[in-house]
Amino acid sequence: MPTTTHEDHHDHKPQGFLNRWVFSTNHKDIGTLYLVFALLMFFIGGSMAMIIRAELFMPGMQLVQPEFFNQMTTVHALVMVFGAVMPAFVGFANWMIPLMIGAPDMALPRMNNWSFWILPFAFSMLVSTLFMDGGAPAGGWTLYPPLVLQTGSSFIFAMFAIHMLGISSIMGAINVIATILNMRAPGMTLLRMPLFVWTWLITAFLLIAVMPVLAGAVTMLITDRFFLTSFFNAAGGGDPVLFQHIFWFFGHPEVYIMILPAFGIISEIIPTFARKPLFGYTSMVYASASIAFLSFIVWAHHMFTVGMPLGGEIYFMLATMMISIPTGVKVFNWISTMWRGSMTFETPMLFALGFVVLFTIGGFSGLMLAIVPADFQYHDTYFVVAHFHYVLVTGSVFALMAGTYYWLPKWTGHMYNERLGKWHFWLSVVFVNLLFFPQHYLGLAGMPRRIPDYSPQFADFNMLSSIGGFAFGLTQFMFVYIVWKCVRGGETATSRVWEGARGLEWTVASPAPFHTFETPPDIDDSMVAHGDHL
Amino acid sequence: MQRYLPVADPKIDLRAEIKLANRRLLRILVLVSIGMFGFGFALWPLYTIFCEATGFGGRGVQEVAAEDLKQYQNQREITIRFDATVNSGLNWKFKPVQTSKTVKLGEISQTSYTAANLADQAVIGHAVFNVAPPEASLYFVKTECFCFTEQLLEEGERKEMPVTFYISPDLPDDIGNITLSYTFFENVPATLALNEKLATDKFNDLNTNTLTTNDT
Repeated sequence: MPTTTHEDHHDHKPQGFLNRWVFSTNHKDIGTLYLVFALLMFFIGGSMAMIIRAELFMPGMQLVQPEFFNQMTTVHALVMVFGAVMPAFVGFANWMIPLMIGAPDMALPRMNNWSFWILPFAFSMLVSTLFMDGGAPAGGWTLYPPLVLQTGSSFIFAMFAIHMLGISSIMGAINVIATILNMRAPGMTLLRMPLFVWTWLITAFLLIAVMPVLAGAVTMLITDRFFLTSFFNAAGGGDPVLFQHIFWFFGHPEVYIMILPAFGIISEIIPTFARKPLFGYTSMVYASASIAFLSFIVWAHHMFTVGMPLGGEIYFMLATMMISIPTGVKVFNWISTMWRGSMTFETPMLFALGFVVLFTIGGFSGLMLAIVPADFQYHDTYFVVAHFHYVLVTGSVFALMAGTYYWLPKWTGHMYNERLGKWHFWLSVVFVNLLFFPQHYLGLAGMPRRIPDYSPQFADFNMLSSIGGFAFGLTQFMFVYIVWKCVRGGETATSRVWEGARGLEWTVASPAPFHTFETPPDIDDSMVAHGDHL
Repeated sequence: MQRYLPVADPKIDLRAEIKLANRRLLRILVLVSIGMFGFGFALWPLYTIFCEATGFGGRGVQEVAAEDLKQYQNQREITIRFDATVNSGLNWKFKPVQTSKTVKLGEISQTSYTAANLADQAVIGHAVFNVAPPEASLYFVKTECFCFTEQLLEEGERKEMPVTFYISPDLPDDIGNITLSYTFFENVPATLALNEKLATDKFNDLNTNTLTTNDT
């Protein structure tokens, strides 16, 4: 079979916008597309959060109608989960996995193109539901049937959008698995892979296992609405609680899909800036796999109040608490990595440290929520909102920021403005805590989530939270500015970029050439991120 | 220092090999996804079986043999509370005739609920039962219940609906009282079909009557 190779003339980008971006099969370009798309969605979802915080600034109804408020909470969540956080991690996977394992590209480049280009269509459809008759879905992102089935004509558009997102995620996951299992350079054994690659491999398996289950639940909602089935309709012998079980069977692994790659990014950054190899590499791999396994058997802790038998509640409580063991292994390994390291505090490291501290706070409030008797008080209050925003914003989003600053010089060939980066971190970390920490108190005092108005005794904390929200939102424009300036120019980055950086991605030039590792690299231990443990 | 060199065997086309392996993996993973899609649907029957077997959700089903019922006179007494709810989509009034009753374990007893149709047309409703605490549903045996079938109420009709039940003597000792609750839902497709049929029947009747008049 004759093969045409481009090894002799590297950096041969396709000419023209359509060829370069729309028909792209290059993992770096598709990675960039994913990241830019995710950033756009971060601002769209963020603007909805601003509307929510503006309405909650004071008690009473000021700005929006209650129906619209509910649409905002629902679409904000869907956009942030499926549009911002997940595509951003897929973007990182596309950019970094082939570079980290010495592969020339993703295993299935055409499918890669397809899985990205589904997203803009799916999200146009989802966001367009806001302008339809009866508005967007307003029953919360959990799509509970008695609420979501009341959605107006936009119902089917939202459901198909979710189907398309699922198909995109599944294709992305298949691609990641095939790349990692088949495309590693000789010598890159599984237990020499960087931890980011490991966590993504596990995440991809989670995606393949649970995204189809969500698709099944959504299909059942569609047939309940249009074809008179009664999967979730009590009148016809169905059970709405069944939907909750199916949804959370998907939903709990889904929250780990959003945090495992973040663990991976943090596990790359901390060793670099502590100038020490990652402490307990193998235990990190096994901890990630244990977290993934446990995520399948704890789902009902999201629904302790549905009227479960005592045995069920005790089981789900204990299984949930068990997750804190592998998670604790990770946190202690990060701390041990820093122990007696020669630490420096560049922006990626600051975000990584912010992640470790603040994600742990989110983990602890999760542990509180796992306690059944206490959960009956916390359920559906702002305490839950505070909890999952600590793990998702100061967890996943901080890791994404950290990863962006960490690899930006590799992507663009320029150093970003370190002074502005530090400002971005400190403003973010102050305001994100002002935004979400008071919500713990609101929840403990009994303020329910997803409501546009509240009793006056919640006014002070809500005002603080809203001020934090606006300031955190505004701060993120700094991020756009810093990234934009870095793309346009700046101090030239070296190949290694960071003094302590290890791994194959730092052996290629900055910016990474359009084609890398066309012939498999010759790997030695000094180049492998975690080579020295074996 | 250990070094790893790429295999340089000219007989093996590495690219084609990898391509083949990728295709194979793609096929397997797509099949897994389809399988998990099916698993989502399989949860429906699995959940039903699980609930009926364990009483989860207060919907347990158990056959109790007749010999269990002998000598119920010696059994302890427990209180049954009766509760009624109407789904917001149904314009009915629905309540228990008595709100509670004390029965002996194993004793067959009867109570009834009344339902009245306040809508301006005939409506078919369907009652869904629930027992609290959920594990008691495994011992709550209904030998006759209006929830077994669909209930048709004509416009303005009012109906008394009996329930015959007994509690199995195997009921765990820590359960001192039980709540039996019903929620009435409208069976929308059945009601629509019924009223359409009524309308066409009326229309046909009218036509037949007109024809007969014309003949004479």
